[in-house]
Amino acid sequence: MELNSKIPAGPVETKWTKYKSSVKLVNPANKRNLDIIIVGTGLAGASAAASLGELGYKVKAFCFQDSPRRAHSIAAQGGINAAKNYQNDGDSTYRLFYDTIKGGDYRAREANVYRLAEVSSNIIDQCVAQGVPFAREYGGLLSNRSFGGTQVQRTFYAAGQTGQQLLLGAYSALERQVALGNVEMHTRHEMLDVVVIDGKTRGIIARNLITGEIERHAGHAVLLCTGGYGNVFYLSTNAMGSNVTAAWKAHKKGAFFANPCFTQIHPTCIPVSGDHQSKLTLMSESLRNDGRIWVPKKQNDDRKPIDIPEEERDYYLERRYPAFGNLVPRDVASRAAKERCDAGYGVGTSKMAVYLDYAAAIERYGKIEVGKKGLSNISKEEIIALGKDVVKEKYGNLFDMYAKITGENPYETPMRIYPAVHYTMGGLWVDYELKTTVDGLYALGEANFSDHGANRLGASALMQGLADGYFVIPYTIGNYLADEIRTGHISTDHPAFLQAENEVKETLNKFVNCKGNKSVDYFHKALGKIMWNDCGMARNKEGLEKAIKEIKALRTEFWNNVMVPGTVDEFNVELEKAGRVADFIELGELMCKDALDRNESCGGHFREESQTEEGEAERNDEIYSYVAAWKYINAGESELNKEPLIYENIKIAARSYK
Amino acid sequence: MEHTGLNLTLKVWKQKNAATKGAFESYDVKNISTDMSFLEMFDVLNEQLISTGKEPIAFDHDCREGICGMCSMVINGRPHGPWNGTTTCQLHMRAFKNGDTITVEPWRAGSFPVVRDLVVDRSAFDRIIQAGGYVSINTGNPVDANALPIDKKLADKAFAAAACIGCGACVAACKNSSAMLFVSAKVSQLALLPQGQPERSSRVLSMVDQMDKEGFGNCTNTGACEAECPKEISLENIARLNREYMSAALASEE
Repeated sequence: MELNSKIPAGPVETKWTKYKSSVKLVNPANKRNLDIIIVGTGLAGASAAASLGELGYKVKAFCFQDSPRRAHSIAAQGGINAAKNYQNDGDSTYRLFYDTIKGGDYRAREANVYRLAEVSSNIIDQCVAQGVPFAREYGGLLSNRSFGGTQVQRTFYAAGQTGQQLLLGAYSALERQVALGNVEMHTRHEMLDVVVIDGKTRGIIARNLITGEIERHAGHAVLLCTGGYGNVFYLSTNAMGSNVTAAWKAHKKGAFFANPCFTQIHPTCIPVSGDHQSKLTLMSESLRNDGRIWVPKKQNDDRKPIDIPEEERDYYLERRYPAFGNLVPRDVASRAAKERCDAGYGVGTSKMAVYLDYAAAIERYGKIEVGKKGLSNISKEEIIALGKDVVKEKYGNLFDMYAKITGENPYETPMRIYPAVHYTMGGLWVDYELKTTVDGLYALGEANFSDHGANRLGASALMQGLADGYFVIPYTIGNYLADEIRTGHISTDHPAFLQAENEVKETLNKFVNCKGNKSVDYFHKALGKIMWNDCGMARNKEGLEKAIKEIKALRTEFWNNVMVPGTVDEFNVELEKAGRVADFIELGELMCKDALDRNESCGGHFREESQTEEGEAERNDEIYSYVAAWKYINAGESELNKEPLIYENIKIAARSYK
Repeated sequence: MEHTGLNLTLKVWKQKNAATKGAFESYDVKNISTDMSFLEMFDVLNEQLISTGKEPIAFDHDCREGICGMCSMVINGRPHGPWNGTTTCQLHMRAFKNGDTITVEPWRAGSFPVVRDLVVDRSAFDRIIQAGGYVSINTGNPVDANALPIDKKLADKAFAAAACIGCGACVAACKNSSAMLFVSAKVSQLALLPQGQPERSSRVLSMVDQMDKEGFGNCTNTGACEAECPKEISLENIARLNREYMSAALASEE
């Protein structure tokens, strides 16, 4: 199939403006008769639901949590990028565009990324107008900080709770539309299939998680804003409920899945402490602004970190990447940590950790305070105490979280960190209008693949989620719905709805009737191990081929031996999990296939066969400068389609942060 | 860190659904690492139950990093358990001793009916937000963000109030099941900021009205909510809510 990304003609700077002024519109009277279904209420879903409700469409929104405010966007810590150039440090739309393309290792689509950079400023304006309490300077203006992969300060933040504040802004806008009757909110509902009639998306099948009832919902368009699939690894920084089910069901109904193997492993997470571990906790990238990352210069050094003198420490990021130092992009920082640990320099009981040290920052801030306050004859202890206060104000909540989880005091001893699965750049293939390969079916935010290439820069996920929901979909959906005004009411009595509902029920019954002897978590953990070992931070042909075999076997065992207690018509958490894990198993296989196909290293995808002598990732633009868009054939069988990536504005180069 | 294995007895509230009566059931768990989170201990218990053919205990949880507000257990009589300023998911087992008996209940409040076991229905909070917990601005072209400088002190105060995660521990902690801390946090955030001024009066009246309709009790200033709040939302916000309500009510009677 020919993939048409529908990128508007003309120079990149004018594509979006021209598109907006020439796209089809739907008049207000017709909007009232058009139903839009939105699945997921994170930043992308909540902002889309609010904005489309404001425009007058009839919106139905769904989330599996008990309130839309709980979507996992809420956990984003560090910030949101915008090309405001408030710091006068040389930022611009072009710079943000360039940094994002380069950060993504030249595997993202230029036109989409340029639009993202272009609307980034509007997002900040919109959020401030909603009352989002961003951090401010004493003069009352907004504050910015640095993030990885950039040399300007363009990150807006609200302490370590930026995602929370942005989501609550979008959530309140959404609830306002609920109150106005424009949005109908369905909480504790999970989408279990999309209904496609004559090639057009006409609705969804959802399960009421409290009663177990299977419901049919019709719409003229369906928006999947269902986040990423990092939980395929079992252990990740995602919420426990984050899953791929909605996207995977769409994939099975014809939506292509793009670049599934592009996974972001975040360098600064709290290391695994034992087999009981259920999730991993991120320590914001903003900590790399001030913290220094190091390991001992001696292998298997068992001394306490404070007993290791300065000259016996290896600040390996500063050594390897002097230009960006501790602020190299996430993929680079993660691989460098793995390299040191694999070579025997890791720390902590597991030896799979590196230090993130604040001692120097505390002293530096202490001295600044001494200067500000004009103090003299100050002891080192007093300087440290002043510095700790400053660090506490900047990162207090993160330090507290670390202390609670590990039982150690990060103000006194360096934190131990290790990379963990965090974000998935891959997702449903979408065109410039965010439409998947199925008519009327859209994917927004992390659920789509479009903007981050092979590696996402920090503070860009929030930007993309809100860009898609507030500023892109309200325009692009009209172009489709303008032709739907004559469709009229869609009946859920159509045989396609009945068929989809029956299939959903059949699958649910299969789970509870299987009565095997292994829990859903057993299978999820087994899948996670395969994925982490062979499709994690480093991948090779042999390992991927082995993983594919193992996953196929695991899939068979799952369907024959899973134990799901309870019934289908009640609140049944194990049943919910079973459905999600079944989809993760199929996705895992596709990820390995995609990783196997891409015999180059780019961004978060590191093929051991493709590296330089110094161990840096080696891209192969001649062969792999494409988006891999997979078409579902059968469970375990997919067809590869390629969308060539064409760079007209940015010269492709080796990505260097040295 | 030391990994000590704890043997514990759990007394957990079991309730099939809102229509049936619930009761405590006892469970033993063995060799629990002190590095586990409280919810990971529940994962272990549930795996144990499933492997012996029993139904696992239903409980709400999602992010497991203390920010989504979904987890909600009353542990030994305290919402979110013994650690101050901590959600259930961030509570770790080093808070307990070998041989302890731990009682675990759902949020108890008429406005939060039990869905199953430890899961309750908190949709009343969403309806309170629908009553006015927002700034009425559509997506569009607002003015440049820096065109509106805001005193850092006010912005910081607004942020402290906005840190509320909507978990409902304040209601569970209150002998009157009052939702005043939750409502006051949102009212304060928006009353402190210039963006919230145009709807300042209508917002507070409408949100308080909805809170009453949902059946939440009155505030008698005992401060249990502040003590149990995992985000340490201050009682000052309730004082502000009262002032806001008084002046709005007086003005509307003119």
